[in-house]
Amino acid sequence: MSTATRTAPARTDRPAPGAAPVAVRHVLSRIGRYVFLCAVLGFFALPLLWLATAPFDETPTITASLPRFTLDNFRALLDNPYALSSLLNSVYLAAGTAVLVVTFAALAAYALSRVRVPGRDALLYGLLLLSSIVTGTATMVPLFELAFRLNLIDSRLGVILILSGGLLPAAIFILKDFMDATPTSYEESARVFGASPLQIMRHIVVPVVRPGLATVGVWAVANVWGNFLVPFLLLRGPEKAPAAVIMYTLYTEGGQADLRLLSTFSLLYSLPVALMFVFVSSRYGFRFHGGIKR
Amino acid sequence: MSAKPRHALGVLAAFTAVALAATACGDSSEPAGKDAKNITLTIAANSIVGGKNSAGAEWIEKWVIPRFVEAQKAKGVTAKVTFVPSGVDDEQYKTKIALDLRSKGGADVIALDGIWVGEFVQAGYLKPLSDVAGGEVDSWEGWSQIPETVQGLGSFEGKRYGIPLGTDGRVLYYNKKLFAQAGLPAEWQPTSWQEILDAGAKLKTLPGVTPIQINAGTAMGEATTMQGALPLLAGAGGEIYADGKWAGATQPVKDMLDFYAKVYGGGLGDPKLQQEAKGRDKSFAEFAAGKIGILAEGDYFWRSVVNPTSGIAKMADRDTTVGYALIPAKQPGAGIRGQDFVSMSGGGVRVLNPHSKFPSQAWELLSFMHSAEGVKAELAGEKRITARTDVNKEVLAGDPMLSFITEKVLPVTAYRPPLAVYPQVSVALQEATAAAASGTSADQAAAAYQKKVEGIVGGPGNVTS
Amino acid sequence: MAPVTSPPDQAVKGRRRATGAAPDAAGLGRARATGFLVPGMVLILLFLVVPAAWTIYLGVTNYRLTGLAAANPEVVGLDNYTRALTDERFRSSLVLTLQFVLGSAVIGQAGLGFAIAYALRDRRGPLRRLVEGFVLLSWILPSSVVAFLWIALLDRDGGTLNALLGIPGTAWLLDHPMLSIIVFNTWRGTAFSMMLYAAALENVPRSHLETARLAGAGTWQQLRDVVFPRIRGHVLTNLLLISLWTFNDFAPFLITAGGPEQRSEILPVYVYKVALSGGELGFGAAISFVMLLINLVIALVYLRMLGRRKETA
Repeated sequence: MSTATRTAPARTDRPAPGAAPVAVRHVLSRIGRYVFLCAVLGFFALPLLWLATAPFDETPTITASLPRFTLDNFRALLDNPYALSSLLNSVYLAAGTAVLVVTFAALAAYALSRVRVPGRDALLYGLLLLSSIVTGTATMVPLFELAFRLNLIDSRLGVILILSGGLLPAAIFILKDFMDATPTSYEESARVFGASPLQIMRHIVVPVVRPGLATVGVWAVANVWGNFLVPFLLLRGPEKAPAAVIMYTLYTEGGQADLRLLSTFSLLYSLPVALMFVFVSSRYGFRFHGGIKR
Repeated sequence: MSAKPRHALGVLAAFTAVALAATACGDSSEPAGKDAKNITLTIAANSIVGGKNSAGAEWIEKWVIPRFVEAQKAKGVTAKVTFVPSGVDDEQYKTKIALDLRSKGGADVIALDGIWVGEFVQAGYLKPLSDVAGGEVDSWEGWSQIPETVQGLGSFEGKRYGIPLGTDGRVLYYNKKLFAQAGLPAEWQPTSWQEILDAGAKLKTLPGVTPIQINAGTAMGEATTMQGALPLLAGAGGEIYADGKWAGATQPVKDMLDFYAKVYGGGLGDPKLQQEAKGRDKSFAEFAAGKIGILAEGDYFWRSVVNPTSGIAKMADRDTTVGYALIPAKQPGAGIRGQDFVSMSGGGVRVLNPHSKFPSQAWELLSFMHSAEGVKAELAGEKRITARTDVNKEVLAGDPMLSFITEKVLPVTAYRPPLAVYPQVSVALQEATAAAASGTSADQAAAAYQKKVEGIVGGPGNVTS
Repeated sequence: MAPVTSPPDQAVKGRRRATGAAPDAAGLGRARATGFLVPGMVLILLFLVVPAAWTIYLGVTNYRLTGLAAANPEVVGLDNYTRALTDERFRSSLVLTLQFVLGSAVIGQAGLGFAIAYALRDRRGPLRRLVEGFVLLSWILPSSVVAFLWIALLDRDGGTLNALLGIPGTAWLLDHPMLSIIVFNTWRGTAFSMMLYAAALENVPRSHLETARLAGAGTWQQLRDVVFPRIRGHVLTNLLLISLWTFNDFAPFLITAGGPEQRSEILPVYVYKVALSGGELGFGAAISFVMLLINLVIALVYLRMLGRRKETA
């Protein structure tokens, strides 16, 4: 037993006589860890309770409680002419942006990771700073005028391009860490066998950094999914409006929330991103890599 | 469903009136202007089916557009009229419309809050109706039906920019049941601020009852200014903007703040409620539940909040339980223009886009929307004060409350200055009421307010004190 | 310089060590590398740099959305900046923002994120998936939805939290607005830090930790001497990004609207009120630029604290 402690320490919790203090501390820390994780679980699950109960409640209030079960709220939501199509619009905007961001960011990150560009880090961080300014409200006039001059008003493509421009710096930043962390030996061997850089990128680099691409893709989708201001200002009419915009219309004249519609729509609005996350994380893995190495 | 938008970009641009008006090029082969045989018009309003002001959106989609298209067809004109709904905060809607107009795009007929007209005109976004659509505007039958004061909602510096939809007025609502319990009369009409405070003091004896709800603070936003600060200011004989200057720490402003201090400092109101993000909704709910004695609100409250059938805080016994009274001046005769009673009013307007490709047809559409027939259809059985006296006479006859507003309140009411800095001055007022409600003395709150206003309107030269 | 190739044993074990800026292993060449960069950079230039530069220009004008200044905006030089720096509301807003970043990003998200990653480091199975799932869910849900969830949670009268704790009437959002939005943002953004640190902790060989533990090092000592030196780069990346994001986060507006009485009016909310509610786009743009400069300073501080010493372990 005591020898086992040496070889597989993390798996044992029976205290060996000689190592009592260490083992006791180990047990305590294990209990502490469970308590901590349960607290974390409670903290993160608690606010979501309402989303799980209110949509199924006949008369939802602001308190999460066991519902008097009904599906009427979903039926009422179907009567809203824009609710479901807005989700499709969101899918369209989010998918378009995610594809652009992931593709362009991966190419750029790979190039920046493998070829020395003077002032690279400064450039990247500068862009990151600018991207924070562009997401603010003060930029709405320049963005609108820009879209107007490029004839992108009322165009979904315009929304996709503008959102992509804002997300790309951070995406490149995150992906470059992934690229930096992948070994270059495979690439060298592939090169010896005559593979072109794009082939190397496609067949060697992409599979290795796939979790990174998936993570950035999910991150981009989540960002677009919640964005209100850009589609609101650029798109005309609810036929093209994404769910983020339609969500704001579910209020009465006095600005009071219609809790039945709001809770139900919130749930439907949240489900696609949640499902996408489950799919992506089971299929590709969902994690980060790297860190700034200087 | 909505596939291939990338290829459809050009097509979209051609179809959407926004892009049409904006680019103003492309298919301009056929006769434009008055004699055009093919016209495209767009209407924008902050209402949407299934959301904010759903009935208004339905009226446009199901009544205005089909009938207008039909009428044009009879004249041999093919009209394509589209409605671009929104359903967002007024501020966000205003921003979007301003951006549209700034880029010379946007809908042909646009609904605005009357208070925005002045600043839009100053920015060059709007032109007088007769400049846009020609001489037909001034000969419209409707003008004679709209009272001069109400027309003011769509006017700026003596020129008409839009047609008002209607107007409203503010009164004091009170709960007759609570009044009876507190030994107050069922028919109550205070004639001074002191009488309101006296009634509040009696209501305070009832357990669980907040005697007075008069909106304060920034969380309530414009509702604080319209339902609280400005009526009180008018009651103390003050105007927020007069003779080219904004009111600073004037005596009426101090009086107004002092009233706040007396209500909230004296335990007659719930200061916490004023700070809550959804405080106004909560005040509605509490009034409906019989927990608030006196509440200052517009006729909106009667029509849409405590309405027994369609309200958001229904009161089945509204007609017997809810009383309403004019807002008194500080003392009789102390109000603006020497009045005994005061109120504040606002209302929406519809304007024409000066860059409309079919301005005379847009005017045709606009005046059709504001015809007696159109206005009645817009009401769809609901009772509301419209801009037209002929319609009001017919519709409001059976409604004592709304008749009260038209007969008693509108003659003593006042309007806000439609200038671009007004929203900021309004916020400064709200902040001052918040300070007074949370214990700052009226003088100090007024001094801080004056300093803010000076910063907003460009120095002490534009402020009276 | 970093080694040209990773040692083979590392590659075999799959324990990827960063090689930093490796010289051109795939034979990309300057020209092709430029080609890889172009699409992204064009998009960034057009839809990020141009509007950003435009905003910076607006910052030296008195431009408004409506009114006379909308028709004829004038260049007013640095007036907006002097006004901002002498504005009490701006300064208090800045202080609140720094509290918000320190409380919710540095302590909340990074601290909690690391703690969760560390607690889960050698764990597999349902508990880990459950914890990670919930943490990530709060990260990817749309902000308008989560904002409403938190309003429902913290409401004074009907809030779930008060119902659970049995203290109806506690007005969290009114009495503790900053604490509320700090806890909210911790909840909202911990996922990113958790994932980043989970990846980072894989760089720490378990044997080293074990050695330290047997040598009698406490958890804190292990973290300081064994873990931290190996994840320094991750800490830097993490702090840089989450501080930047938190500093510019607008979501608290959806919960407290900056209130009550500006007690939770962080800078992004202040800009919103100035630019959208007040229509003062020139002034709003100037504040945005000041925010950018402050972000730059924060980044430089991090780089100085964490970036200098390297390869210590």
